[in-house]
Amino acid sequence: MRLRRGHDAAMPALETLPEKRKITTKPRPSDVAFRGIVTTFGLINLLILTLIGSFLLFRGLEVLKNEGFGFLTNQKWDIVPDESGNQPKGMIGLGSMLSGTILISFVALSVALPISVLTALGLNFYAPLRVRSFLVTMIDLMAAFPSILFGMWGFFVLMPSAEYWAMLLHRYFGWIPIFDVPQPFFTRSPFIAGLVLAVMIIPIITSVSREVFSQAPLDRIQAAYALGANKWAMIRAVVLPFGANGVVGGAMLGLGRAFGETVAVFTVLNIVYQTNWDILFGAGGNVASHIVLRWGEAGEYEVKALLAAGFVLFLLTLFVNMIANSIVRATVKKGR
Amino acid sequence: MSVTTTTVAPTKPWVKTPWQRLPSLSLVLLSLIASGIIIEMTPLKGKLGFFLVFVPILTISETILARVKADKKAAQDVLVSSFIWTATFLVFLPIASILVTAIVKGLPGLKPNIFAETMQIISFTDPLDKGGLLHALVGTLYLILLSIAISVPLGILTALYLTEIRGPGSNFIQFIVQAMSGVPSVIAGLFIYSSLILATPLRSSSMLGAFALVILMVPTVTRTSQEVLLLIPNDLREAGLALGATQWKTVAMVVVPAARSGLLTAVILGVARIAGETAPLLFVLGGADGLNWNPFSGNNSALPFYIWKGFLIGLPEAIQRAWTGILILLIVVLILFATARYLGSKNRRKP
Repeated sequence: MRLRRGHDAAMPALETLPEKRKITTKPRPSDVAFRGIVTTFGLINLLILTLIGSFLLFRGLEVLKNEGFGFLTNQKWDIVPDESGNQPKGMIGLGSMLSGTILISFVALSVALPISVLTALGLNFYAPLRVRSFLVTMIDLMAAFPSILFGMWGFFVLMPSAEYWAMLLHRYFGWIPIFDVPQPFFTRSPFIAGLVLAVMIIPIITSVSREVFSQAPLDRIQAAYALGANKWAMIRAVVLPFGANGVVGGAMLGLGRAFGETVAVFTVLNIVYQTNWDILFGAGGNVASHIVLRWGEAGEYEVKALLAAGFVLFLLTLFVNMIANSIVRATVKKGR
Repeated sequence: MSVTTTTVAPTKPWVKTPWQRLPSLSLVLLSLIASGIIIEMTPLKGKLGFFLVFVPILTISETILARVKADKKAAQDVLVSSFIWTATFLVFLPIASILVTAIVKGLPGLKPNIFAETMQIISFTDPLDKGGLLHALVGTLYLILLSIAISVPLGILTALYLTEIRGPGSNFIQFIVQAMSGVPSVIAGLFIYSSLILATPLRSSSMLGAFALVILMVPTVTRTSQEVLLLIPNDLREAGLALGATQWKTVAMVVVPAARSGLLTAVILGVARIAGETAPLLFVLGGADGLNWNPFSGNNSALPFYIWKGFLIGLPEAIQRAWTGILILLIVVLILFATARYLGSKNRRKP
């Protein structure tokens, strides 16, 4: 091959020289098409998100209009159509369900947050390298467990023990208002649902916190050690101030997850249409579980009401998630 | 003149000698004995009681030891590290408990007939050697395949937009994708119901189930692919362009092949995310008890749906069927997860 090429070069080469390529900044047609297609697909995500919001709003609008602001505050959910089949105003609302959702999520957060942050610190700064990768894999695996597995585990394994813990809490700390109960009924309480949710959001908060902590500047860590700090002193002086915002963001991501969790809460919560702030008492509310609970027998009007409830839940989680993501992104970017 | 050379053997002065370990080991032993005695003497009983006594005793005694041996700072350090180990233990306790529960409760129902039969003519409360979840397996397979068919192009092309084009809108699209990853699963099902079932003649089917799952799968695929694509060194892209390739050719023939196994990981993680989703299916899958080979029309089933049904019926045989379903679902998720891990580690080592 080489020889022949050399041979060719000896021949008059004028015709074989390729024409000079035109230098241009105009993108090729293939690039224009590529950019166009990829951009379109990027925009489809926006379209989907907008469609979710607008369809739920569109279907639920009639109910939202009928009930007005009362849809968010009314305690009852009574579908009692009159003779002409119309639902009287003021009989349905998400008041008890929304307060229940928030209560359960905060129980979950207050259990999960300290445990997750401490575990993240342990994984980053205390665990030996080999143990660390194993533990991180286990936590990632936990995040991939199906939610119905958490639900069944919560119902059959956790609940019998958690009821007993709730009784103990009530006996020894009953003088604190939130641990008081109107009647000694501890089954399927917000406390138990909160514990199941805590187990579910621990992987999220842990992995976000771990990521934020691992961005802590190495030179400052080493400087702290060089000045004679021990581990905790280093963490308090360098890692915690650096990662505090990120932990808040991670906690809010966990909160968003907790707000929207359906199946796991449904299995372990006794849904009662009355606001109840006593976490140990077996009566609670949850918007997502409420939708699943009422869906089976819902008539036309109630389906619309449930779609409106879905819209409220969608807005709530979207709001929490957006704040959380912007906090996490700001912190992680700062570290780079 | 003779020079005597001595080779210095490497030492590890920070490693504790057994003699130095003795105090803390004996503390552990003493705390165990002390908590045993307290458990025997007082009304505190059981594993919880033991845990509640043992951990504080050990923590306090170690802190006091550090305070006596060194100073206040050292005592704080010991205190915090014992908090950290307790927290880590509390995280892994439920993981272990969940895995053990799923295996122990699921195994008794794992009989060959469940892979061969459906619930068409069998009730959930019939003896366990009749009926099975073949229909649910087929349904889950359909859901996974259809979701892959839609979310892989959508997710990967979105990731390409975010990493390769970096257009003026990419920050915004990134924001949207993150917002989408927070959409509750129940909302995905409600959306498909309200937009397709209420508005078009389409009725519950595997396809609609997959549509709902796509909403949950796309963010996972996008974000993981994006991370993988960002790992591809920029030199490769520049080399492609310098050789005269267009951007399209560079992406298609250099960037994507280089990220291949990572992109596969992204897809598998996405599948693991949706394989166990229950809530959206309750609205759009219909829930059949027999085989339905047509994924585009007619009610169908899925493993999570089967488990849900068994759980709601609540009688011993139905619960047993649910546990067995969970075990199989868990095995599916574990296999997916292990494959993703394996591919991911291979991908990370290569570049």
